Amino acid sequence: MPADSSRSPLAAALLLSLVATGCAHAPSPMLPASEPAAHLATLGWWLIAVATIVFLVVLFMLLVPLRKRRHTISHADIAPPHNEGMILIAGALVPAMILIGVYIGTLQTLSATATPPVRPKYMIEVTGHQWWWEIHYLNANPSGEITTANEIHIPVGEPIALRVVSADVAHSFWVPQLQGKIDAIPGQTNSFWIRADKPGTYRGECAEYCGMQHAHMAMVVVAESKEQFESWMRTQLAPAPEPTDSLTTLGLTVFKSAPCVLCHTIRGTGTGGRMGPDLTHIATRLTLGAGAVDNSPGTLAGWIANAQAFKPGSDMPQIQLDGKSMSALLAYLETLR
Amino acid sequence: MATIAERLHEEWTTPHTLYGTLATVDHKTIGKRYLVTAFVFLLLGGLEAALMRAQLARPNQHLLTPEMYDQLFTMHGTTMIFWYAAPILSGFSNYLWPLMLGSRDMAFPRLNAVSYWIFLFSGIFLYTSLFMGQMPDRGWFAYAPLTELQYSPALNMDFYSLGLIFLSISTTVGAINFIATALTLRAPGMSINRLPVMIWSTLTISTAVLFAMPSLSVALAFLFFDRHLGMHFFQAAQGGSPLLWQHLFWIFGHPWVYIVVLPGMGMISMIIPTFCRRPLAGYTYVVLATVLTGILGFGVWVHHMFATGLPILALSFFSAVSLTIVIPSGVSVFAWLATLWGSRPLLRTPMLFALGFIALFVIGGISGVMTAAVPFDWQLNDTYFIVAHIHYVLIGINVFPVLGAFYYWLPKMTGRMLSERLGKWNFWVMFIGFNVAFFPMHIAGLLGMPRRVYTYPSGMGWDTTNLISSLGAYLFAVGVLLFIVNYFWSRRHGETAGDNPWDAASLEWSVSSPPPEYNFAVIPTVRSRDPLWEDRLGTPARSSIYSGPVLEAGRETTSTRPLDADDVRVLNMPEDSLWPLIVALALLVIFYGLLLGGWWVALAGAIVLFIAISGWLWPTDVTAEKEATS
Repeated sequence: MPADSSRSPLAAALLLSLVATGCAHAPSPMLPASEPAAHLATLGWWLIAVATIVFLVVLFMLLVPLRKRRHTISHADIAPPHNEGMILIAGALVPAMILIGVYIGTLQTLSATATPPVRPKYMIEVTGHQWWWEIHYLNANPSGEITTANEIHIPVGEPIALRVVSADVAHSFWVPQLQGKIDAIPGQTNSFWIRADKPGTYRGECAEYCGMQHAHMAMVVVAESKEQFESWMRTQLAPAPEPTDSLTTLGLTVFKSAPCVLCHTIRGTGTGGRMGPDLTHIATRLTLGAGAVDNSPGTLAGWIANAQAFKPGSDMPQIQLDGKSMSALLAYLETLR
Repeated sequence: MATIAERLHEEWTTPHTLYGTLATVDHKTIGKRYLVTAFVFLLLGGLEAALMRAQLARPNQHLLTPEMYDQLFTMHGTTMIFWYAAPILSGFSNYLWPLMLGSRDMAFPRLNAVSYWIFLFSGIFLYTSLFMGQMPDRGWFAYAPLTELQYSPALNMDFYSLGLIFLSISTTVGAINFIATALTLRAPGMSINRLPVMIWSTLTISTAVLFAMPSLSVALAFLFFDRHLGMHFFQAAQGGSPLLWQHLFWIFGHPWVYIVVLPGMGMISMIIPTFCRRPLAGYTYVVLATVLTGILGFGVWVHHMFATGLPILALSFFSAVSLTIVIPSGVSVFAWLATLWGSRPLLRTPMLFALGFIALFVIGGISGVMTAAVPFDWQLNDTYFIVAHIHYVLIGINVFPVLGAFYYWLPKMTGRMLSERLGKWNFWVMFIGFNVAFFPMHIAGLLGMPRRVYTYPSGMGWDTTNLISSLGAYLFAVGVLLFIVNYFWSRRHGETAGDNPWDAASLEWSVSSPPPEYNFAVIPTVRSRDPLWEDRLGTPARSSIYSGPVLEAGRETTSTRPLDADDVRVLNMPEDSLWPLIVALALLVIFYGLLLGGWWVALAGAIVLFIAISGWLWPTDVTAEKEATS
């Protein structure tokens, strides 16, 4: 029986209280949107319940003796030790039974979430960089491979296999509402899987300190219907559209002659920079700079001109362009849907 | 004809001169120096935290640059965990052990002195990084390969690796000293089942230190070799393994967290019985629980690595051991509760800290259980939930017992009581401030906030908990300041303590406050666990505290056999000596040489070190000298 926590009344009550405090939009593991995350959240609620009960029992045992407290030190009132019989029962036996229960829950949850229920149709290679996520949708046919950055689209209800690697230091891939976290460690390939059971946009964070901009290394997972997903895949596979007017033509020229090409690729333009994210479909990305800013023409301009203001220490330099060049570049980039 | 006290004073006193200050081997002076120095590091670490909490109080703030924040969070952790948490406990153990054991000094007084000087100099070494603007900035856990030269080109991580290796010399020799002392330097009759619990806890962690420190030293040495000698221990591209760092670090790191809390638990095991007016319930269970925790602590390290992609079978094993280690802690908690139940406790300030400690210990332990469940740890790891857990266990099981220990034993050290009224304020402000600061962090973690972030966006649901945490942190800081105020107040206005203000049971309360330099005018003979309560407990055999061997022919104390404390022998203890200070200074020169690439400087330091150690170990015939002059 799938442990969908949103069907348990107690969990629902707790969820309501979270919503009431305005936390409903937090990327919280306690607001699962997938079956594996729901298993983890259920285990979590049980642990919280056990924790609360144990704490209240101990608190009671701590406070009750204080009602009869004394107020002076009297020389005569030393007494022998007592209550020794209860120590092993209350301190070892009862905790052992509780902990065995916790361990059983642990093993059950592990087996329910370790591998996907059906063989995933898609495999994505996620590469952690300082400080962005490189995304490759793998395909037996190389021309079917999709490259993007910081954003993953998946069809609702289907498991997706992930291979998580790192290009530099240790990072950790974590989308709390869909799964637990898995580290990206250089020299190692970690196999993982995710799934979303509700359509939506789910935020993830890097969860291993990786240097100066660890705080700005978010990603999003967009879960959508099968049709929307396949449409997105088709769009992503297409190379960049040719510029159609003089402004956008100038924009492409600016891109190719500015420092941009040293790090970025726009497929179909003959550029091949690999240090930074692929920009072929930049206009439809939800964020820039791995969640440092939202994606809009204004913020894109700001990011290009002075990324360091948003994400100091990131590898994106400040690009000095005159007004006309910047307008042209922006106009061109906005065509990259 | 001089009295016994005068003759012993003559032998044991250290002159109040510069030489005396630099050469003393008196364990009480060394203990007090440890306490003061560690407390300074506590304040430095607290200042670092205060700056961090200012930055994190609101989203998207720019009070600190990311570089500054990264240095602060690294130095906060490193300072607190290494230069405060263990040394403060060494300070109490150093001061109290001989007094509790019925002895006149630690087994190796000069080693004791050198362990303090190295602790001090290694801390100074670390903090010179502040003046160079290159404080360590890769987290106190320093995961590779972020710490490799390629990603950390400046000196920051060299201060870290060398500073810690330097400190580890102090920790290791200190551990050796405690083990030798506990096993051999006791009063006659203090058999192994009569040892105060604090002796057991520090003995356990000292043994753990001997096994744990080498793992850290190896990891740090490998890091230094990677950074400066072209080796590749942690670089995957050249055949090394970043995960190797994590294993080596946590094989050290997990036992270390027990090392910094078990003596705190031991001190509480001495405080609670005094204020419950009866001996500790289940002494044997508590001792066994302490030793078992020390041993099991070596079997859980992978629980820091649950998200690294290790095989599930391995994770399941470590999850099981991590749950098992809760059981000895449970035994200790219920031993304290058993002592408490049915007694009529006296709520003086040390007892308040002890009770607060139990509450915080249980919360910290429970949040630990939650993280031991592997799949849930995949959600909790590297979030603020862990920050909450670690502070509940570290502040709860180290800082609160330390404050309680100060209120309990400062009267013995200074001869003056602290203010009860200010003490109660101190406790409540700290307790409330602590919970307001750290409880919301459990919630921030459960709402998805990662740790080690210099800022966070608004609209994630994290704003409120962070603001509350920052306010609580400042309240907690006020509590710590209240302790400092109380301490200085007590030095001038505190009530005279007398020998035994708490009417406690252990041997340190049989001597004056402060104790004479020689601790005991006569060496006691011990016949039970609670020597000063025997008359009222009606124990059949009685300890002999005021008559026994005087041992006044030089600096002398007794040694006994470890189990039954029989076969009493007389030991000649060393006089004051400058060699420990010179050894520590030579080491300081070596470490600065290694830091700055001055290999010749390091070599020069090594030569001085060799000379100093030779001087230290040079045989002298003390007894013959004494006989010649008497």
